[in-house]
Amino acid sequence: MNPLWLSHFTATSSIGRGLDQTLSALKEQRSGLSPCTFDTVDLKTFVGEVAGLDYVNLPTQFSEYDCRNNRLAWLGLMQDGFDESVRAAIKKYGRQRIGVFLGTSTSGIFQTELAYRYRDPETGTLPAGFVYRTTHNTYSVVDFVHRYFDLSGPAVAVSSACSSSAKVFSSARRMMEAGLIDAALVGGVDSLCLTTLYGFSSLGLLSEQPCRPYDAERNGLSIGEAAAFALLEKAPQSCDGIMLLGIGESSDAYHMSSPHPEGLGAKIAMQDALTMAGLAPSDIDYINLHGTATPSNDAAEGLAVHALFGQDTPCSSIKGATGHTLGAAGGIEAVISALSLQHGFMPGGINTKQIDPALNLDYLLQSREQKIQRVLSNSFGFGGTNCTLILGRIA
Amino acid sequence: MKLAAYIEGIGLLGPGLANWPDSQSILKGQTPYSPQKTLLPAPALLPAAERRRSGAPVKLALAVGLEAIQAAGLDAANLPAVFSSSGGDGENCHAICEMLASNDRQISPTRFHNSVHNTAAGYWSIATGAMASSSVLCAFDASFGAGLLEAFAQVIVDHTRTVLLACDTPYPEPLFSARPIPDAFGIALVLSPMKTPRALAEISVALSDDVADRLDGELEKLRVAIPAARSLPMLSAIAMRKNGRVVLDYLDHKTLTVVISPC
Repeated sequence: MNPLWLSHFTATSSIGRGLDQTLSALKEQRSGLSPCTFDTVDLKTFVGEVAGLDYVNLPTQFSEYDCRNNRLAWLGLMQDGFDESVRAAIKKYGRQRIGVFLGTSTSGIFQTELAYRYRDPETGTLPAGFVYRTTHNTYSVVDFVHRYFDLSGPAVAVSSACSSSAKVFSSARRMMEAGLIDAALVGGVDSLCLTTLYGFSSLGLLSEQPCRPYDAERNGLSIGEAAAFALLEKAPQSCDGIMLLGIGESSDAYHMSSPHPEGLGAKIAMQDALTMAGLAPSDIDYINLHGTATPSNDAAEGLAVHALFGQDTPCSSIKGATGHTLGAAGGIEAVISALSLQHGFMPGGINTKQIDPALNLDYLLQSREQKIQRVLSNSFGFGGTNCTLILGRIA
Repeated sequence: MKLAAYIEGIGLLGPGLANWPDSQSILKGQTPYSPQKTLLPAPALLPAAERRRSGAPVKLALAVGLEAIQAAGLDAANLPAVFSSSGGDGENCHAICEMLASNDRQISPTRFHNSVHNTAAGYWSIATGAMASSSVLCAFDASFGAGLLEAFAQVIVDHTRTVLLACDTPYPEPLFSARPIPDAFGIALVLSPMKTPRALAEISVALSDDVADRLDGELEKLRVAIPAARSLPMLSAIAMRKNGRVVLDYLDHKTLTVVISPC
């Protein structure tokens, strides 16, 4: 593929609003996880909750879009001057030549969960203020962002569970290469809700402690929420920036909620990303693992990584810090990969005490300051959907 | 880069439209259209455990997807896929929300994994053994157009065949009142970058500001009632085997023009 330039990017999660807070939390190995007090949830688990969302107000003309997911999206857009960067891109390219591709799995489903509590006891109807299209529907966050910037190019939500906001880069790449657009606003937004908390609990995949990726004693994930955005443009002739170099995608064709035990789909995705980038495994300096801390995910991913890279490529999962942000995970981890390249560091995985000896990898427990050129980032999801991104620094 | 793709197979299932071969005379206006409730076949290709757990979107996607791929004489195991749907499994979503509003919030693992938007894509890859990539999209009422653009870009940029599956199924009450999709409707298209003897039509797709084409009578009601049925003007043009240009609904104030030449 022709490298694509991440000309601007931003991230907001439980470890911080915007890049400065995110970077210092990662360098200092601070976790955003805390015991779950979200809504009326009575589960013993930890969550990565973004503070203050209850007090975020969308611009008044977008009041019908008001829901937790869109508040988080808007809060994310306001960080790091990202809003202004998009407006500058619109001036440069025109409103029809910028596409919007955002990943989400939860969308604003929390709004419907609340509405069901207030159904009419006689008729069962939902409360009068409930609007499906602008909150619950999977496209709602894309529609909100598209209208907020008054864009008129292609717009679509990608919703393939926990690979959603990695796969947006693929949709954007194809449309840019096809010449349908000149730039793309990509990213992911996912927010806390009851469906994911009680759902992962029903599968026995929620840890009662802060999640411990790749630990021998790991016993499940911690759910988080996040908004991450990037502006993709064609790489200028000379540019010192962060580039998207390759993308690999595959399906496990194995099971709806368990990964292929040997990580076959994961391996295909990583290999295809390397092939697209024209790189060998030895060209990768650091791997940002999917690393959810469920026993089966880390085992399958660990096997796949070992099969391709051996045991010497430094790797870690940031989910001990942010929690698993589901539909936003691929996006926020792409942004953190970009930060790693920009600032020359590899984030140490936190909460993990004893690395699983069965997963024979160079899993980092301490953040490491070191100039790196290329990062590979994995995102896998329910339904056996896999996506790997390779980002690089071109100096 | 030539901005053209070739349709090699079509699958169709909706109210009063049982499959592509039987629907062509209706779309040509030779047989009157009489809407009847969509009948979803049991997904025979799925292992028994998955078959029991599969809801309407899975049955619909498998039915139209396999019809299109069989018509094209291809093996689903080797094809990338684009799934586009304006919502997820409505019955399943209702059951989850009902439980979460009750005193017993312990939803079942099956309910939970069926709640993701890519449920049909997951079951599809299990049923067909396809390990290739799948894109899983939603653009509310623009979901068919979004899927068509994605599949078209995939064919011309990655020079690969792909199958587009655009499927919508209804919500039960009380969500039905908030999102009144009346019945299940699915369309699948196998798109190829090369012209082969199987090709039915060449298409090229572009963004447009023109007004979307309409159909007549009950077919027009169907077109506007279910997002995936926004594809009907294109299917109608293909059935009539006419050279021409159709305009399909996409986003607000934005349409897609599809230039069609029969092969």
